[in-house]
Amino acid sequence: MSKLYVARNPRAAARSLDGEMMIMSARDSTLFTLNKTATILWQSADGNTPLDEIVTQRICPEFDIEPGVALKDAEDLARELASHEIMQVSDAPIAASASSPTTQRNPPTGNAQ
Amino acid sequence: MSQLMLEMSNKALARNVPLSAQIDVTYRCNERCVHCYLDHEDHGEMTTAEIKHLLDEMAEAGVFILTFSGGEIFVRKDFFELLEYARQLTFCVKLKTNAILIREQEAARLRDLAIESIQISIYSHRPEVHDAITLVAGSLKRSVDAIRFLKAQGLKVVIANVLMTSNMQDYQGVRALAAELGVECTLDPTITPMMDGNRSTLQLGVDQKALRQVFRDESLIGDADEFCAIPAKADEDTLDSIPCSAGHSACYVSPYGDVFPCVQFPLPTGNVRQQRFIDIWRHSDRMNEVRSIRLKDLTTCTSCTHVSNCTRCPGLAFMEGNMRGPSSQDCEKSFVRTGVASANMLLKQQRAAANLVQIQALPAFATA
Repeated sequence: MSKLYVARNPRAAARSLDGEMMIMSARDSTLFTLNKTATILWQSADGNTPLDEIVTQRICPEFDIEPGVALKDAEDLARELASHEIMQVSDAPIAASASSPTTQRNPPTGNAQ
Repeated sequence: MSQLMLEMSNKALARNVPLSAQIDVTYRCNERCVHCYLDHEDHGEMTTAEIKHLLDEMAEAGVFILTFSGGEIFVRKDFFELLEYARQLTFCVKLKTNAILIREQEAARLRDLAIESIQISIYSHRPEVHDAITLVAGSLKRSVDAIRFLKAQGLKVVIANVLMTSNMQDYQGVRALAAELGVECTLDPTITPMMDGNRSTLQLGVDQKALRQVFRDESLIGDADEFCAIPAKADEDTLDSIPCSAGHSACYVSPYGDVFPCVQFPLPTGNVRQQRFIDIWRHSDRMNEVRSIRLKDLTTCTSCTHVSNCTRCPGLAFMEGNMRGPSSQDCEKSFVRTGVASANMLLKQQRAAANLVQIQALPAFATA
C-alpha cells in the first residue's frame, strides 16, 4: 500500500482558538472548525511526513484509538478537507510552496499565554 | 455572519481573544473625500519591520480576521510585502481601498495571495457625483476598472456606498452598477466626526427625510413593517449583553501604533511601539473599562424603547462625550425607522423646554 502525504493548503486562512483550528477556504470563504484530533492532523500536515506516521506518532498517543481505525478516519478526513481546498493530499511528498507564491511558515497556534 | 462564525465569536469573547483586528497602515491618501475624518499627513507611520512585528504579535494573540485599511493602503510602497507576510501567518485578510492603484498586475498578485475580500468605496455610478466627493477627476472610472480586474481574477469585491446629501439619489444606480459588475453592495448613512473632534463633516450626512426613504426601501431592508417595527421591551438577557464587539473580540491599530477598541472609537488604550499587543489587549485599564460595559449600564439608553435593537455605536457616543451615553446619530436612525423618539431625544426636549427664558413684562415706566 502506497504512502499518503498531506499538506495544509497555503491558500487557506487558519488560526487556533482554544485548541481548535478555525480554517477558512480560499475557494468560497466557507469557515470550518476542526476538533482536537483533526487539529493535530492539520498541524502535522507538513507535506513530508506520511499520514500513517502522523497517525501512529501524534494522534494515537493522544487518544485511546486503534491505529488501523485512526488511519482510516484520518484518510477520510484528509480527503474531505482536500475537497474543500483546505488540505492537499498526494501519494508523493508535497512541496511547501505548492499552489502559493508565498513560502508557508509554520502557522502560529494563537492564544498567547 | 454564519452560525459557525457566530459561535467562534462567542468563544473568542469568552476567552478574551481578539478574533478580528483592523490595521490602518497609513492615513495618507490619493483621494480627498469631502467627508473623510482623517488627517492625511504622515506623523510617523510604523515601519515595515514594526508592522511585521505587530502581525507576529497579533497572530500569537489569536487574531484571525485581519483588515488592512487607511488612508489608501496601496500608497505604501511596502504594502504587498506586508500582505505577503500576513498571509504567511495564515490570517484571513480583508482589504479596504479606493482601488485606483489596482491594475491587472496588482489584481493578479491579490489573487495569488488568496485575499478574502476587497471593499471598495463607490459613491455614485455617475462620474460627476463620485469624483466631486473624492475630489479626484477620473476616480470613478479607475475604481470601476479595478473592480473588473479583481473580478476577472475571481476575487470577492464589496462596494461600500456611503450615503450623503450629495449622492443620496444615486444609491439605486450604485446598486445597479454592483449588479452589473457581479459584486456585493453595502449602504451606510453614517458620517463620522473628524479625528480631532471637528463635527463639521456631519453636515454632509443625509437628513431625516432621506433616511426615511432608505429605511422604507424594501429592496434594501426587506419587509419594511418588520424593519420599522417598535421593538419589544428589553429583557434581562438583552440588558446583560454587550453593546458591540469593540474591545471584546475586535480592535483597531492606527498607522502610529496606537491601539483603540475600534476604528470609530478613538479611546487610546496603548501603543504597540511601547507595549506588547497582547498586554494592551488584556491589561489596558481603558480597554477593560470598555469591556465592562453592558446595556444595563448605559445612561439614558437603558430606559429607551429602542435599547434592544438600536444601532447605537459606543464610539460615536464616546465622541459625543460619554462612552456610556447615547449616540445621537443612532437615536435619529431609531426615530426615523420607527417614528418613536428615543429617551435621549425626549430628555433633550425636556431640557430645552426647561431652559427657555420666560419673557417678563417690562416694568411700567414710572410716572412723575
